[in-house]
Amino acid sequence: MALLKRKFDAVIVGGGGSGLRAALQLSEAGLKCAVLSKVFPTRSHTVAAQGGIGASLGNMGEDNWLWHMYDTVKGSDYLGDQDAIEFMCRMAPQVVYELEHFGMPFDRNEDGTIYQRPFGGHSQNFGERPVQRSCCAADRTGHAMLHTLYQCNIRAQTQFFVEWMALDLILDQEGHVLGVTALEMETGDVIILQARATLFATGGAGRVYAASTNAFINTGDGLGMAARAGIPLEDMEFWQFHPTGVAGAGVLITEGVRGEGGYLLNKNGERFMERYAPTMKDLASRDVVARAVATEIKEGRGAGKDGDYILLKLDHLGPEVIEKRLPGIREIAKKFANVDPVTDPIPVVPTCHYQMGGIPTNYHGQVVVPKGENPETPVAGFYAAGECACCSIHGANRLGTNSLTDLLVFGKAAGDHMVQFLKENTNHKDLPKNAGEHTLARLARLENQKNGENVYTVATDMRKTMQAHCGVFRFPELLVDGVKKIREIAGRAKHTEIKDKSKVFNTARIEALELDNLIEVAVATLVSAEARKESRGAHDRADYHKRDDANWMKHTLYYNAVNRISYKPVHLKPLSVETFEPKARVY
Amino acid sequence: MTEMNRLRWNCRRGMLELDLVLTGFLDKHYPKLTGSQVKVFKELLDYPDTDLWDMIMARTEPADNTMKTVLQLIRAS
Repeated sequence: MALLKRKFDAVIVGGGGSGLRAALQLSEAGLKCAVLSKVFPTRSHTVAAQGGIGASLGNMGEDNWLWHMYDTVKGSDYLGDQDAIEFMCRMAPQVVYELEHFGMPFDRNEDGTIYQRPFGGHSQNFGERPVQRSCCAADRTGHAMLHTLYQCNIRAQTQFFVEWMALDLILDQEGHVLGVTALEMETGDVIILQARATLFATGGAGRVYAASTNAFINTGDGLGMAARAGIPLEDMEFWQFHPTGVAGAGVLITEGVRGEGGYLLNKNGERFMERYAPTMKDLASRDVVARAVATEIKEGRGAGKDGDYILLKLDHLGPEVIEKRLPGIREIAKKFANVDPVTDPIPVVPTCHYQMGGIPTNYHGQVVVPKGENPETPVAGFYAAGECACCSIHGANRLGTNSLTDLLVFGKAAGDHMVQFLKENTNHKDLPKNAGEHTLARLARLENQKNGENVYTVATDMRKTMQAHCGVFRFPELLVDGVKKIREIAGRAKHTEIKDKSKVFNTARIEALELDNLIEVAVATLVSAEARKESRGAHDRADYHKRDDANWMKHTLYYNAVNRISYKPVHLKPLSVETFEPKARVY
Repeated sequence: MTEMNRLRWNCRRGMLELDLVLTGFLDKHYPKLTGSQVKVFKELLDYPDTDLWDMIMARTEPADNTMKTVLQLIRAS
């Protein structure tokens, strides 16, 4: 069966910050650009970003891009590519000013300049003292950014395909990317979107974990599509966790709760942080607290009938302090944990927040894979940007506020490179005869599956396995066991069955297709984590406590389709400045 | 069924908090809504995420009485 085709110069999958920023470059250059999004673009997960955009404007005190670069390299625990990091930090002020000119309602100083907020990890003069570098629009920076960029795209006549889900990448025999197959949710129709250049801006895959702050839409669709097409996933072992998300829900409980005097208890009522960090106790840094919580749960001191969470006590602060200093916390706890913190502690667990790894790219947003001697050969016509890409500016650990900087800088850079690529490649290549067949086979399998498993059951097992075996603090025996388990679950995911076979907005089918993507991410994460025998940034192992630059200063590449792991060097050489040599990461 | 599926998808948002609350509401309260309440719920789904969340958290209140009632039910989900 031949699928219906629609032709564009460029197709962008994902309507969040990076997709919209890239689309703007293409549409403003007069190119025909389509953006596909599962949800209305301004409801993308970028909306949840509150922190701000890191850029060395220097509005609140002296600042420059080299200091921002130092903080980012150090934050990455020296796994970040220093050329890409230099590029980002140099470009950051420019993309912020552009956004200002697009109409972004930034907070202002009295002199009219953009107000910049303090944020952990940002410093003046290479770690000497804190600097205010985060450009924000109240606590709605992501929201304001999405609305601003969406409006600009409407003006530039970007064509939106809203409530469409991309299903598979289309490549020809030479390995050039020629577009995607996609499902229109309203009709259930599948068509081919043919393009001379394709960008994935599909966001992270945080829904692979049972405890996740990510919205339901964050199912790693771009990563799944890339993995199925034989493209490796880079550094998937690195995930940022927050120590206190509501158990079972994922909603964040701000660090401010512990700042105001709240503290953590195990099932015996012991204030265990006194054992792990005698001086700082519950105010120790994020990773120390998260590791302690994970250890208490693993050693059987977790609370609840399954012993799988820890208690955050704040009733001793009294209702007045809770209402006044921690607005919203009481409502959040009541709504999502079913407890009133004025009388009862809140059940919390370390909660997955951000994916550092992704589809390997260079700082132009080109997807790059090993070929012959070159570990980074561009895949013609294929780009990725934002959380789904690994560029790699975050390395082993992302610096706060750099996620929005990433979206703007690399969304724009990818868009610019695509414009150039399209100038040099003026004709659509012929689609291979079997274009779309793989997608139709997947859909037919799902449609005709008999005696298969429920999607929800398989997805729940995947999430529980990820949480228990590959969480914030990693134990060798759990990792080894986890690899076995996740492979078994991946096998089960091939036999999911849906009862509802209707066409229009069939959420059951969509969730089955999302699971196909999530499971690729889960396998890549567990295999990569088990293989990396060191602790670096967010990858924290109980058996290898230290960073091991001699053996592990390298990026992981995992090929799902053939179950093979390989490595490639970190770019230690920046574009114009001296290398920041690895040092112990202390704050 | 189709209408319910469409609404279920429209409850997929950019913020996890809204995913959880709206999906819970859809299962628990939506089947019992009156015609005018259904209309208002659909209107609410058209609000930007942050505005909708502010209303659910009662940081802002709408003027419309039916909307107030629906919001109360959403808060109770």
